[in-house]
Amino acid sequence: MSTRNDKKEVETTGHSWDGIEEYNNPLPRWWVWVFYACIAWGVWYTVAYPAWPGLKEATAGYLGFSTRARVANEMAAVDAANADMVAALETVDLAALKDDENLHGFAVNMGSAVFKANCSQCHGSGAAGAKGYPALIDDDWIWGGRIDEIAFTVTNGIRNEQSFSARGYGGVMPSFADVFSGEETSAVVAYVRGISGQEHDAALAAEGETLFLDNCASCHGDAGMGSLAATREYEDPTALYPDGEMTGALNLTDAIWLYGGDEATITETLVKGRAGVMPAWSEEFRPGSGLSAAEINAVAAYVHQLGGGQ
Amino acid sequence: MWDWIKIVVLGVVALAAAVAANFARDLAYQVHALIVMAVAAGLFIWSVRRAGEPKSAPETGYMDGVVRYGVIATTFWGLAGFLVGTFIAFQLAFPALNFEFLQGFGNFGRLRPLHTSAVIFAFGGNALIATSFYIVQRTSAARLWGGNLAWFVFWGYNLFIVLAATGYLMGATQSKEYAEPEWYVDLWLTIVWVAYLLVFLGTIIKRKEPHIYVANWFFLSFIVTIAMLHIVNNLVVPVSIFGSRSVQVMSGVQDAMTQWWYGHNAVGFFLTAGFLGMMYYFVPKQAERPVYSYKLSIIHFWALIFLYIWAGPHHLHYTALPDWASTLGMVFSIVLWMPSWGGMINGLMTLSGAWDKLRTDPIIRMMVISIGFYGMSTFEGPMMSIRAVNALSHYTDWTIGHVHSGALGWNGMITFGALYFLTPRLWGRASLYSLRMVSWHFWLATIGIVLYAASMWVTGIMEGLMWREVDANGFLVNSFADTVAAKFPMYVLRGTGGILYLTGALIMAYNLWMTAFSKRVPAAAAVAAAE
Repeated sequence: MSTRNDKKEVETTGHSWDGIEEYNNPLPRWWVWVFYACIAWGVWYTVAYPAWPGLKEATAGYLGFSTRARVANEMAAVDAANADMVAALETVDLAALKDDENLHGFAVNMGSAVFKANCSQCHGSGAAGAKGYPALIDDDWIWGGRIDEIAFTVTNGIRNEQSFSARGYGGVMPSFADVFSGEETSAVVAYVRGISGQEHDAALAAEGETLFLDNCASCHGDAGMGSLAATREYEDPTALYPDGEMTGALNLTDAIWLYGGDEATITETLVKGRAGVMPAWSEEFRPGSGLSAAEINAVAAYVHQLGGGQ
Repeated sequence: MWDWIKIVVLGVVALAAAVAANFARDLAYQVHALIVMAVAAGLFIWSVRRAGEPKSAPETGYMDGVVRYGVIATTFWGLAGFLVGTFIAFQLAFPALNFEFLQGFGNFGRLRPLHTSAVIFAFGGNALIATSFYIVQRTSAARLWGGNLAWFVFWGYNLFIVLAATGYLMGATQSKEYAEPEWYVDLWLTIVWVAYLLVFLGTIIKRKEPHIYVANWFFLSFIVTIAMLHIVNNLVVPVSIFGSRSVQVMSGVQDAMTQWWYGHNAVGFFLTAGFLGMMYYFVPKQAERPVYSYKLSIIHFWALIFLYIWAGPHHLHYTALPDWASTLGMVFSIVLWMPSWGGMINGLMTLSGAWDKLRTDPIIRMMVISIGFYGMSTFEGPMMSIRAVNALSHYTDWTIGHVHSGALGWNGMITFGALYFLTPRLWGRASLYSLRMVSWHFWLATIGIVLYAASMWVTGIMEGLMWREVDANGFLVNSFADTVAAKFPMYVLRGTGGILYLTGALIMAYNLWMTAFSKRVPAAAAVAAAE
């Protein structure tokens, strides 16, 4: 390829460093013009938008642009568009929410967004839970699966120091390290595996039964059904948060485990104890970052319709 | 006399380090004190044994020993940086690779600054020091000024790297991106950097050429500006003289602005100006053509260094930073576009009349593609600094892709070209061990970069769109974990690109090693004699 330099010989500057010379080519025209255009655009842009700092404040620009005002306006527009629905959701009777198809649909959408931003970090973006964080898509509830119960749990949380109404306050799974000997621990583990229908040493489990009834049944119930079943059995099943017996003790008779149902994990639970915590989400308890009443109702509606709502 | 002063100083440093290790308040500080003690004690013993020996006559000619060490260090740190980078890319794709036994020193959070610093400061920094020492001597027709000061710069800089890298693994960080090392490491780098400036400036002052070559303008602006950036961004008050922790002097948005003034100009003056210095020497040398335009080099040099220093606020769009500062950062970034491209034009047009060499010379090909990536990144950068684009691209993998097309494409490739140019000359060989291996390296690295950049563009834009996606009522559609899950295939692809790039670098290391030390490559003098 022949080049411009061959046709019209451009002179070098006459310098030479270690054999390197320099042509005296002019600046490429397009380069100069694009550079000028960028500068001209830059000058205009700084006049149009907030740019030049003064002693007290900066120039505001004739377009009146402001990132903060813009995001505030966008949020205000969304809030205004949803205002009626949100107001209705704030005071709705949760038990009757499903009857209002329109409002329920809105609540589920809104609740889904609330869940993604606030709950998914622990419960998973699909609400399937993780070790220590309950799955919310099944019908195995620890604190109740009615929509009002879910809303109550979200509002006050569990075993936290924010809300006096937090569930399970003072009720934890204690450590049995000082109560059971090593052998006794194995016996109780075998018994628990037995009532949950898993492989176990039957002789060992028989030894564990008495220990279970003496030490564990006060919370988990004689049959190991957990405290929710126990409260439902003895008290008014439609009451919100039946007082007294509600410790959050898990149902040990099914295949769903919060921490794990293998021998090692049940042993760990027995030896070390467990005390899961959930924060209180109401803005009453976390000013500035908590959820409003409408948001709590919405997220309760969302969780309730995931599959296990009662 | 000088020998005895040196011995006394080394002895005092070793003792002081021992005392510091004894009183250390944290592990990183203690280990660092022990490293300093070992280095000072070793030098002390070495100096004592050599004291009183007759001095060899001062050497004349170019001082190339330190450049040879620089070439070896550059290659070594490059491999280390690429290896860690590839590993952490897979840690992101497969979190299980954050093994339990690595917790606390080998998990992603600890290895990530190790990777960035190893590539930018260890690989890039050693490359800049080595090539600037080589170039300033040739283009000034003078030996490096300051005698053994150049050796102090080399070893001092590498001690800084060892202290920084081991500190990250032990959790000593001041949490400023690209400025993670703690206060005493920063102080040490300041001393080394001033020595670097003295050596470079001294050599230019005693030059035998009437004019200063353009490469040296870029190197000088790089050295001076990095000194300023480093000092201002690292203004801290140590919590204890025996501990690694410190408290920043500036706070809040002022601190953020200072950090990104530093961070962006580390890119501008370390990775752009310094490497343009490299480009301005090695491209005309390898192409054996004059530089395209002297005028362009003057204009784009001054425009570049004037504009770059103001562009930092574009890292803080839509934050607590006031709108006016963010506007100025964006405007300066966009005006910077053409001055950046001036270097690309000068580099590429230098090849006019020698385009055929692209077919025959894989080293030229490497340099050309590096200039190509330079042009692409310096277009992409101003584009991403536009507020509306940044609203989508910020905090996404697009930024990571942008950085890597610059680092792997521009900095990496021009450094590889320089290493291939330097090694035969520094070790007095007639040629490289294998040009075929250079070709292999070229293609592996190029495909690696393309996989890397393309996958990060895709995931970056995808996650940016997913984050802002809302339904008809204005409610969020995706959770953060949804975006992470969606990125998985691209993360695997990115890691694969890393493997290719690392493989290419391994081939280069072997090739350079054989060039320097294998008996099968004829010496330059033997070939000259035979001709």
